Amino acid sequence: MFGLKEDWSLKLPPRYFTLEDYDGGVARWCPGCGDHGVLMSVRRICRDEQIPPEKVVSVSGIGCSSRFPHYMKTYGFHGLHGRALPVAEGIKARRPDLDVWVTTGDGDNCSIGAGHWLHAVRYNMDMVVMMFDNNIYGLTKKQTSPTTQPGERTNTHPRGALLPAIDPITTMLGMTNVSFVAQTVDWNPVHLHDTLVRAWKHPGFSFVRILQRCPQYTAHVFSGLQDDPDALLVMEHDNGVPVDKALDRTLKNRTTHDPSDKMEAFALAARRDAIPIGLFFCDPDRPRYNEMTVEGMGMSVEDKLAGLEDQLDRFAI
Amino acid sequence: MRDANSRQSQEMPRTTVHEHIVEIVSDSGEGAQKAGQALGAISAKMGNGVWTVEIIPAEIKPPARSREGASGIRVRIGDHPITNMGDEADLVVAFNEQVLYGRLQNRAYRPGTVLLLDNRWAADPDENIRAMYAEALEEFRSHGLEIIELPLDEECRKHTPNPRLGKNMFVLGMLCQIYNRDLERARQEIATVFRRKGDKVIALNHKLLQAGYDYAATAVPLRFDIPCWDADSPKVVMNGNQATALGIMAAGIEVVAMYPITPATSVSHQLGDSFPATGGFLHQAEDEIAAIGFAIGASYAGRTAATVTSGPGMALKTEFIGLAVMAEVPLVVIDVQRGGPSTGLPTKVEQGDLLGTLFGAMGDTPKIVIAPATIEECFHFPILARRLAEDFRGPVFILSDANLATGVTAFPRPTPQAEWMAPPPDQSPWEEGLAPYAWDEATGVSPRPIPGQKGGEYTLTGLAHNERSKVAYAPEPNEHGLRMRSRKLAALQRTLKPPVVNGDPEGDLLVVGWGSTLGAIEEAVGKARSEGLRVSSLHLRFLSPMEPGLKEIFSRFKQVITVELNYSDPADDPFVPASARRYGQLAFLLRAQTLVDVDCFTLNQGLPVAPGKVYAEITRRLPTHAHAAR
Repeated sequence: MFGLKEDWSLKLPPRYFTLEDYDGGVARWCPGCGDHGVLMSVRRICRDEQIPPEKVVSVSGIGCSSRFPHYMKTYGFHGLHGRALPVAEGIKARRPDLDVWVTTGDGDNCSIGAGHWLHAVRYNMDMVVMMFDNNIYGLTKKQTSPTTQPGERTNTHPRGALLPAIDPITTMLGMTNVSFVAQTVDWNPVHLHDTLVRAWKHPGFSFVRILQRCPQYTAHVFSGLQDDPDALLVMEHDNGVPVDKALDRTLKNRTTHDPSDKMEAFALAARRDAIPIGLFFCDPDRPRYNEMTVEGMGMSVEDKLAGLEDQLDRFAI
Repeated sequence: MRDANSRQSQEMPRTTVHEHIVEIVSDSGEGAQKAGQALGAISAKMGNGVWTVEIIPAEIKPPARSREGASGIRVRIGDHPITNMGDEADLVVAFNEQVLYGRLQNRAYRPGTVLLLDNRWAADPDENIRAMYAEALEEFRSHGLEIIELPLDEECRKHTPNPRLGKNMFVLGMLCQIYNRDLERARQEIATVFRRKGDKVIALNHKLLQAGYDYAATAVPLRFDIPCWDADSPKVVMNGNQATALGIMAAGIEVVAMYPITPATSVSHQLGDSFPATGGFLHQAEDEIAAIGFAIGASYAGRTAATVTSGPGMALKTEFIGLAVMAEVPLVVIDVQRGGPSTGLPTKVEQGDLLGTLFGAMGDTPKIVIAPATIEECFHFPILARRLAEDFRGPVFILSDANLATGVTAFPRPTPQAEWMAPPPDQSPWEEGLAPYAWDEATGVSPRPIPGQKGGEYTLTGLAHNERSKVAYAPEPNEHGLRMRSRKLAALQRTLKPPVVNGDPEGDLLVVGWGSTLGAIEEAVGKARSEGLRVSSLHLRFLSPMEPGLKEIFSRFKQVITVELNYSDPADDPFVPASARRYGQLAFLLRAQTLVDVDCFTLNQGLPVAPGKVYAEITRRLPTHAHAAR
């Protein structure tokens, strides 16, 4: 509530932000596309956490989901296919005050941007990375993506995709300096929201794979998951994604998983009987590059000039 | 120095020369470069003009005594400012004879060049080596080299059990004797160079220096003096990549993102060491693409940023360069050019990236491109580039090259200025209603919102967009955006002056150059002019937009040619009809820009241009001259 606390005290901030302050306009994704729900959730988090819009930077690559920044009324960077992460790293490097949200897709992140992805895990810079995984290239019209299941018919593989799909979760878990790996689904707004909040609160590279419906090309891939709530396995733990009571009646398939247990996370990720959602792994104590890149920030002009003179002295004759 | 003079004056008369070119050539790892750099530094400190250039094999450890494995250094010392590596060497010190073949092939020597050669190979236990040595001597003599064989290895063995590691400082001592260098400065230089190795190593090298000095006093019958020209004004001595690194710092650039690539990498070595002194951060990215992406991100967020690379890296960065132009992100991109195409000649010089830099991107990508012509300009151009990038809101390219990168010379010590430094990012509220690309109709320039500025929120995009940065596929906004981005180059050109002609403003021949060839061109033109030839030269620092007034300047000369280190089809190639002839890259641009029939003289040998080659081309083109007989 606006300014009103639980103890009935009233606190009036100089600026108060409403959802409208983050609303960059009507998104032009297809009706029924999972992206809409994620957009609403991110705007809500910004509002709930009262992050000034000018301090939010939404960074993306190219693809359907990468239109995301255009629909936020914050700062945004809609860059190149596969290259959202290097840009986001550069933004965060010397601007610790900025709140960086990266939007990427399965093609953007796991194919053309895969090299940057792995290194971004290692840099472990403080940002939320939402990978919208619809198992397909949507914007370019139904080509096989790295997460397309083998046998799936696409325009590039009309007789069925040839190769095993990349598993983004095990890839993340296996990468050096991994600090946060979660999974959720776009069609459960409560779990989606709670997962993104948990990611936002984690100091480091918070990677959330969002299973996301593409009504145009891969509706059938996720319909089974939607129709059968037990096809999802909710991971519960005090340090995990908090599971709202509202989900008790719908998502009953539960397991307790301590997100500091990486080996169990691997085992869960490998499960084929149900898709685990929640927090696979979290380690808030991994080194963060953004704490190294700020070295020397804010040095005065006088000190810089003196430092430069010292360096020139080394070459003086 | 005066002491040294008086001490030596009784022994052997000294010949005073205007300049000498000295080479030390060895196998890789024998320290020739260290000795040469020291000789250069000592000479610069004594007030001589100096240019030092390393002779670098492509491999880290090529096999010993291989013809292509020459590792070494050339030091040109003069009684006047030296701007290039010069023509043939006057004196060569070689640790083995095989490495000289490559140098001979490069025409680094002339009849009369004196060769001081280690003669240990004449007595080598291996019969083949002895034979090779004898054969080489015969061949070198047939080229007119004056060979003085010296037992360098044997002499060094008197002072150290491992002459391979100490020979270089022995040779430095010899050269100090021969060229009357100040021995105390040499001792200081050694103490500096080996400061991290400890006192024992310094003491041993001091001993070898003295031994070489004393040995040459009796065993080497060569004595020269090269008078100093300016020992008083404060100067610094460094190579072009070091100058570039310090220039980046002086420009107030805060973030440099790079990926290792020869010959640009040593910029990052210098920054790795020095950047903290001005509070900067060096990011070694996972690849070339990430490097420029990181720099663009930092710049978008209001931090001044640069990326440093070479040709193959430029190719990889192309897509991001297009984005930086399209979305108008200020950025300094430094390309230390090397031989291409593909992996090409990684350690060697070429000016082959000019057209690629101007045109190598998708669609129409107008960019500012400048090229330093001297090592001093390597320092000053990042400062200029950073300002241009911000004032004209886009990427600015600095085309350096391997010749500047590894050449070492002295230049006036810069005085760092507060206004060189970038101000912190503007975080004041953005003017209400002002668009993120509020293009000025006359200049195409627009103010830029920085994240954190309240009210300036916008989404930068590489898609076609209108002035509010909204995606716009319609014909009119697309054309308008193209026009506005292009107009910035015209606006910049209006602020530039016509370039200054070196020599008379009219004549028979105008030589146009760009980048690191300046010193060699002006030296050649100076020589030709002193012989009465009506030749002048012009050196472009701005390649895009070009400096104004070129057509008018060209019209006052009968012939205009470019001198460039890149490829062109020879005019008389029997297999290339005139209609198919491809010109050097600057010539291509100048012909398009001015409609003047500009010809070109290009070299593609991976070598810096020698003044003698430019001089030969000038005399070939001005046939009234006595030397012009072909």
